[in-house]
Amino acid sequence: MTSLAVSDHQTETATPAKAIQPVWVRMVHWINAFAMLLMIMSGWQIYNASPLFGFTFSRSITLGGWLGGALLWHFAAMWLLMVNGLIYLALGFATGRFRKKLLPITPGGVIADTKAALTFKLSHDDLSKYNSVQKLLYTGIITVGVVIVLSGLSMWKPVQLHWLVSLFGGYDIARYVHFTCMALIVAFLVIHVALALLVPKSLRAMIIGR
Amino acid sequence: MGRLRKLLIPGVDKKLLVRDAVKTMPELTRRRFITAGTSLGALTLLTGCDVVDSSSAEELLKKVSKFNDAVQAWMFNPDALAPTFPESMITKPFPFNAYYDLDDAPEIAGADWKLEVRGLVENKKSWTLDELYKLPQVKQVTRHICVEGWSAIGSWTGTPLRDFLKLVGADTRAKYVWFQCADKDGYNSPLDMRTALHPQTQMTFKFGDEILPRAYGFPMKIRVPTKLGFKNPKYVLSMEVTNDYKGGYWEDQGYNSFSGS
Repeated sequence: MTSLAVSDHQTETATPAKAIQPVWVRMVHWINAFAMLLMIMSGWQIYNASPLFGFTFSRSITLGGWLGGALLWHFAAMWLLMVNGLIYLALGFATGRFRKKLLPITPGGVIADTKAALTFKLSHDDLSKYNSVQKLLYTGIITVGVVIVLSGLSMWKPVQLHWLVSLFGGYDIARYVHFTCMALIVAFLVIHVALALLVPKSLRAMIIGR
Repeated sequence: MGRLRKLLIPGVDKKLLVRDAVKTMPELTRRRFITAGTSLGALTLLTGCDVVDSSSAEELLKKVSKFNDAVQAWMFNPDALAPTFPESMITKPFPFNAYYDLDDAPEIAGADWKLEVRGLVENKKSWTLDELYKLPQVKQVTRHICVEGWSAIGSWTGTPLRDFLKLVGADTRAKYVWFQCADKDGYNSPLDMRTALHPQTQMTFKFGDEILPRAYGFPMKIRVPTKLGFKNPKYVLSMEVTNDYKGGYWEDQGYNSFSGS
């Protein structure tokens, strides 16, 4: 660990290269990861009080112990998630990161890169550049993040924010939208974590920047 | 017995009944905010620090819940009406929901019942059901949203609470109207004054154009379409206009006190 730190330090002084992941990205990433985890686990416990489908989540993977406890966690972690998310969106647009990293997304590029990924031919040499599949997934998950917050707000305040509820087509539909977004985020999480473990230097970049 | 039950509550949902019965079982667990079980262990493991130590986490969560009360009071628009629906959209059967089985619901004899009015009001006289029935009534078809997540549209008819508060000379600058009810284990709940004065907050005497059945809170319920269902008292015995926060059955167990929609 020490030698690694030393060699990193040397590389840094030799080539003052920009970090692959700037410090603000790493901070909002891990705060978001923590907030998401709290939201998902407490959300599962809330779901169990009135399941939309024919299953419930095992109590061993939920947070809060009972509905009231889960709601306290959910409505506390939502502030962390929302404030952190707004900072991320603001800085993403202001620094041009979204434009530079996520655009353009072309259907041709996505098809080519998906094929390359499935045949293990996708290059990860330059971590500062996202391939088309990454661009699509990251843009998609940011959108899902926005939709899950909006559908959550409309369930929290269906009278005060009734215009938002109408946008989703009603309170009951907003519940399904909220659940679907959760499922998409969990699916993303599985792929995201699996790939980070397959390409450990990407995980390192999200922790120490390079 | 089955026939009798049908008579008492027209078309009650059996599944919901069973669910509610089950829900009342792990009382001890439900009173605790946090499980010390696997989920907490997993979280400590993942975060690598003990931020979710149960007592300090509980304190923090209570503080955030108080903060959320303030945010919701700030968001509350006294003129924003809960959406109303055509009668064709009324949920049938409308669910019975409580922390006890329907058989344990209060059985109140209407002729003996009186609504007690206490606290910061000029006229502290008690009201009989006949007297209350003579007050002007309005009907609303609104969505009842349960803290559990489900919702149902119902039709409630009664006197706007703000008209009644005016009639008894209530000090509407007071902070709360606190309701005490006949439910077993003593259900009670505080209602913030601004919500009490909301045009749709209603002293309800009828459900679906018929005298409020036992299942839905006979003889009187308070219908508050801008609050979650658990803040809609049924089987009301008394109301007290007060500046003191006197807590509530569910609020004391951890449900957010404002719980506005």
